[in-house]
Order: sequence, then C-alpha cells, then structure tokens
Amino acid sequence: MAKTLTQEFVKGLWEEIPPFRLVLGLCPTLAVTKSVENGIGMGIATTFVLVCANTLVSLLRNVIPAKVRIACFIVIIATFVTVVELLMQAFAYPLFLALGIFIPLIVVNCIVLGRSEAFAFKRSVVPSIADGLGIGIGFTLALGSLGAVRELLGSGTILGIDVTGASFEPFAFMLEAPGAFIGLGLMLCVMNFIGKK
Amino acid sequence: MRDMMKMVIVLTVLASFSGGLLASIRNGTKERIEVAQLNFVKGPAIKEIMVGSSNDPVVDRFKMDIGETEMDFFIGKFDGKANTVALEAFGKGYGGDVGVMVAINVENGTIHGVSVTTHAETPGMGAKAKEDPSFVSQFKGKSIDSPIKVTNDGGTINIISGSTITSRAVANAATDAAKVYLENKDQILEKIKTF
Repeated sequence: MAKTLTQEFVKGLWEEIPPFRLVLGLCPTLAVTKSVENGIGMGIATTFVLVCANTLVSLLRNVIPAKVRIACFIVIIATFVTVVELLMQAFAYPLFLALGIFIPLIVVNCIVLGRSEAFAFKRSVVPSIADGLGIGIGFTLALGSLGAVRELLGSGTILGIDVTGASFEPFAFMLEAPGAFIGLGLMLCVMNFIGKK
Repeated sequence: MRDMMKMVIVLTVLASFSGGLLASIRNGTKERIEVAQLNFVKGPAIKEIMVGSSNDPVVDRFKMDIGETEMDFFIGKFDGKANTVALEAFGKGYGGDVGVMVAINVENGTIHGVSVTTHAETPGMGAKAKEDPSFVSQFKGKSIDSPIKVTNDGGTINIISGSTITSRAVANAATDAAKVYLENKDQILEKIKTF
C-alpha cells in the first residue's frame, strides 16, 4: 500500500525513527550523545548527507547497473560526507573538533546506506527526499534527546547551561560508554512502552 | 560486454563528478578553514607558549616563503621588545604527523616554549604530549644551536613513558623549527623589527 508524501516524511519521526525503532546507526548514537549540541550537530550532518545521497541515488536509479550499485552508493555518500566535513571545518570548527572521527564514519552509517538501498534506489526523487528528511530529522531528534539525558545526568547542563545548581553531583558514569548503552536501552524501553499504548 | 562497459562508464562518470565537486568545495572553503584552524587549533597553542606577552601573537604574524612553502610566523613581545618568534613544524609520530608550535627567543637563541597543535597519537599515551605540560616544559631554555633529542638518542628530553615515537616526533619537530629559523635568521630578524 503506497504511502502519501507526508506519511513518508513523518514515519521517520516516530514509527521508523533510528536508532530507537530502526535499530540502526547505534555507533555514532552512543559516541556523540555526551551533549545535546554534539548530538544535534551530528544529526544535522547526517540529515544533509541522507537527503543529498537519497536525491542523487534516486535520480540515477535507472542508470546505475544493479551489480555495481553498492559501489556507486558509497561513492555518492562518501562525496557528500566529505562536503559536509569541509563545510563544517569552514563554518563550525569547534563542532568539527568535537565530532572528530565520527564525521567520516557517517559514510558507513547503516542508516544512510540502508535508505539508499532500501528506498532511494527504488523510488522517485520527491518521496526519496521526504524519506531522507524524515529519517534524518528523526535521527537528529533521537540524538538530541539521548544527548539531553546524558548531558543532564552526566554534567548537570543542557546545551552547556547549568540547570541543576551547585548541590547536584554529576553522575559522570552517564558520559562514559556503559552509560551510553544504558541510556540508549532506557530510551528504547520508553519508546516501546509508549508505542504499546 | 555491454553490461561491463555500462558499469565502467557509470562508475567513471560518477567518480569524476565526485572529484570535481570535492575539488571545487575545497577551493571555496580553503581560506575560511585556514582562519578557523588558526583560531581554534594553532591559536590556543600559540597563546599557551607565548603566555605573558604584551601583544596578541596570532594578530602579529607574517608569512614568509621557506623553500617552496609559505610559512606563518607569530611574534611575541616581552618587556616591550619583540623578541620571540613562533613557527609550526611537524614530526613523524606514531599515527601520522605531529604538529608542534615552537617559540624561539631570538635574543639568546633558546627555545621559549613548545606546544602540540595537531596529532593522531594514541589517547592516553602519545596524546599526553599535548595534554601533559610537564613533557613540553622540558624544551624551555634548550639551545637551538644543536639538535634537540630524547634521552634514548643521547639527548636531554625525557620521553613520555611508553611513547618513544611520539616524544621523538616532538623533539624532531622542535629541531626542524630551530633549523628553519637558523637558516633564515637574517630575513626573520628583519621582519621582526617591523613589529
């Protein structure tokens, strides 16, 4: 059953939100969510790559031979990731320093390659853009919210602003890897609970 | 055969498009990236080694052609005199180039200070070269007339435990910086006088 354009867009924001529903893209999720700012920055970068890659793959879907499609997707995705990296260096250098190696890793982020293969290669341009935007924004929201939880509990701040006062002892565990996994697990738990109702 | 041709052509065209796009974006952003790097990466290192200067070394800088490359030199004024110049040099580290900002006191020919700018060294080990001030503080006061070496190579710099290669890279970078300065001393001193 075909979905409307709006449905293609909206599904990325809840039903098929990575990484909480489509359990994809966990690596950057765990790594960059120490703060809201980094999480959202990564989300925006990934969204840009998703939309551009989906668009180009969709435009070329009748030209790319099936046998070399993965190679072509990677070339396209890697190009846009490099573009994002250069733009970030030029316009948001501190974010570039904070995200570090995880920017080039967007190339192998399962979300991006997955959408190219599962959606953009088979559908026309406008739905592909909607899909990319929806999934990308959903990813950004997910990263932002997990980032908020970890930043709040781990440093007592949100977006760098102290919201807890002096008597709050930060739960530094949340900023480390185990905290990331547990935070993600709890978010998945909450999502499932809300989704069941 | 036709399938093969199509695959080759598609990939070639795609790769060329990619190359062209990336080259043009790179050219377009080169200037901005240089300024950003200066402010966020080299700036802190420069200010750290020039702490106490009466001027802003990032602002008081000049470019000079050394061999085929154009290098940046940063001036530090102490006690009213422009007597310190900083330049960046690179040493071969464990994970790639280690960028080191080296400040040289031109009055007595010694190292005024050293600070790591960029590196790809192992976190917790070689990366200490950037985080641990007690390593780089060893370079202060060393004469630039002889190569600066780590103790393993007969020199006076104690290595960071477990990170001989990184430590050596920093020492080599300091030596290279001193060499560039000594080889171009007259021109550099001329330029410093204008500040």
